[in-house]
Amino acid sequence: MRDRGSLFYAQLAFALLVCAFLIAPVILSMLAGLTANYQVGIRSGLTWRWVGEVWSGYRETIFLSIGIALACLACTLVLGVPTAYVLAKRQGALARALEELLVMPVAVPGLATALALIVTYGGAGGFRTSWVFILVGHVLFTLPFMVRSVLAVLMAIDLRTLEEGAASLGASFRQRFFHVVLPNCRSGIVAGSLMVVTLSMGEFNMTWLLHTPLNKTLPVGLADAYASLRLEIASAYTLVFFLMIVPLLLLMQALSRPRPRKLRVEAE
Amino acid sequence: MTAIAHRSSPVAIALQRCAKTFADGTRALEPLDLTINAGETIVFLGPSGCGKTTTLRIIAGLESPDAGGKVLFDDTDVTPLGIEKRNIGMVFQSYALFPNMSVAGNIAYGLTIRKRPRAEIAARVAEMLAMMRIEALADRSIDQLSGGQRQRVALARALAVRPRALLLDEPLTALDAKLRDSLRLEIDQLLRGLGITAVYVTHDQAEAMALGDRIVVMEHGRVAQVGRPRDIYQRPSTRFVAEFVGTMNRLSGSVQGGAFVTAGGRIPWPEAPAGASEVLFRPEDVSLVETGAHLDGTVAAAFFLGDRTRLFVQVGDGKPLVVETSARRDFQHGEAVGLNVDPRGLMAL
Repeated sequence: MRDRGSLFYAQLAFALLVCAFLIAPVILSMLAGLTANYQVGIRSGLTWRWVGEVWSGYRETIFLSIGIALACLACTLVLGVPTAYVLAKRQGALARALEELLVMPVAVPGLATALALIVTYGGAGGFRTSWVFILVGHVLFTLPFMVRSVLAVLMAIDLRTLEEGAASLGASFRQRFFHVVLPNCRSGIVAGSLMVVTLSMGEFNMTWLLHTPLNKTLPVGLADAYASLRLEIASAYTLVFFLMIVPLLLLMQALSRPRPRKLRVEAE
Repeated sequence: MTAIAHRSSPVAIALQRCAKTFADGTRALEPLDLTINAGETIVFLGPSGCGKTTTLRIIAGLESPDAGGKVLFDDTDVTPLGIEKRNIGMVFQSYALFPNMSVAGNIAYGLTIRKRPRAEIAARVAEMLAMMRIEALADRSIDQLSGGQRQRVALARALAVRPRALLLDEPLTALDAKLRDSLRLEIDQLLRGLGITAVYVTHDQAEAMALGDRIVVMEHGRVAQVGRPRDIYQRPSTRFVAEFVGTMNRLSGSVQGGAFVTAGGRIPWPEAPAGASEVLFRPEDVSLVETGAHLDGTVAAAFFLGDRTRLFVQVGDGKPLVVETSARRDFQHGEAVGLNVDPRGLMAL
C-alpha cells in the first residue's frame, strides 16, 4: 500500500471527530435510559426498570407510530410512484409547476399545515379523532420525498425508449409499467420509502397539533415524557425508539436489494 | 451468423399520404407515398431532421400520421393500431434493453408477453443466442455488455418473436467505426438470410449503400429520390442527392462545341445538355495524366490514406476538386497536375 500523506490522517481525524460529535449524544442518551439514577450517574448501576415503564406506559404510541409509518408508506407508494411517472413523461410547464407545488408541505411549517387541516376538517368528528387524521398530515408531508426520489431515477434512465422497446415486443401499458418502469426505478422507490418511514416515525411538529389524547404517536409521547416524567424514562423511550426503527430500516433495505433476475416465464 | 427459417411470412408495407405535423406546428414529414415490397430491405437516408426517423416511427406505430394518412401491412390498414399490436421487431439506436433483466430475459420478453409455453421460449432463446453468437452472455446483466454485444442482444430480442417486419433506427450509430463495419456485414447477412422485410434508418451513406435493396434519400421532410444504391449514386436526381451520397466534384463554365469549357481547361462532353452552366463528376472518374490533360490545376492538399492518396486540386477559382490516385509518390503542396475526366461520369443537374 502506498504511503498516505498527512492530509489523509487529518481528514480521517476530522471525520472521526464529526462522527463522535454526532454519535456521543445518542450513546449518552441511551445510557441515561439504562442508568438507575441519572443524578448520581452510572455509579448508581444499570437497570431495565425505565425501559419497562416506557413499555407499559407508552407501548401504544410505538405501535401507532409504526402503523402510521407503514400506512403512510403504502399511501405514498400508491400516490407518489404514479405521480412521479406522469411528471417524468410530461415535460410541459404544468408538470413542472405541479412538481414545485408538491414540495409546498415541506416548505410550509408543519404547524401551519396542521392548523389548516384542523380548520378545514376539525368539524368532522370521527375523522378528527381517528388516527387517519394524523396519517393525512404525514402523507402530505412525506409525499414529495417519494415523488422526488422516484422522479430523479426516472429522469436518469431513458424511460421513453425503454417503454417503446417493451411496446415493440407487444407489451400493453400495464405490462410495460409493471415489467419495465417499476423494476427500473426500484432504487428511487427504496430511497423514497426509507425517507418516508423515517420522516413519518419522527414527525412531531404537525402530529403534536393533529393528535388527540387517545392517538399519541411515539414522538408526541416522547415530548410528554420529557416534559412530565423523569429524564431516565424519556431516555429509555429514545432507546426503545432506536431499537424499533433501526431493525425496521435494515429490514426494508434488505427486502429491497435487487436479486439477480432469472428468466421469467409467467406472463404478468 | 447462421440464417434460421423465419416462419412468419414477410409483409409488404405501404404508406399512403403519410404526413406528420407535430403539436408545435412544425412539419416533420410532407405527405409521403411509398411501397416497401415483402422481404425487401429499404434504407431511409438523410441528414438529421430530414424526416427519416419520423417515417420509421409512423411505420412502427410509435407516431400516427396526420389525418388522411394510412399505413398498410399487406392489405390491412394498421393505422389505428399501436406498436404493440403490429407484431414488428424494432432495434433502437440506444438499444433500449431492459436493465432489470438478463440477456436471456430480454430475448424472452416478447415471447413471455405472448404467453408462449415455457419450453418453447427456452428453445427460441437458445436459438436466438446461437444465431447472434452470444450464447456465453445468456445470464449476463445488460450493464456488463459492450456496445456491440448490446446491439446483438437487441437484434436477437427483436427477432425472437418472429416479427412481420424489422425496423432499425440508426442501430450502428453509437458504435465505433471498426465494430460498425463488422456488424453491418452481419446485419446484411442476417436480413438476407431471414428474407424479412426490413426498414433501416441511417445518416451514413456507406451503410445505406451496403445494406439497402433500395434507398430513400430524404431532405426537409420530403423524399428526394428512391432507387437502388447504384442508381442513387450514378444517377442522382437532385443536387442534394448528388452531394449527400458520396463525394461530388463541381465546376462551373459553359458548353461549347461538344465540350465543357471552364477556367482550368476543357472537358470533352459529347452528350452535354444544351445550356449547362455546371458539370458534376465523382472522384473516381478523374485521373492524373502527364500529357494531354483536360484540366490543369495545382495541389491544394494531399492525404496519404495507405491504399491511395486523396488530393484536393485547385482548378480555376471554385471549390478544389477531390481526386484519388494510387500513384506511388508524394505530392507537394502547390505542385502542378494535369487531370482527365471520363465523359461517362459527367452530369448536369
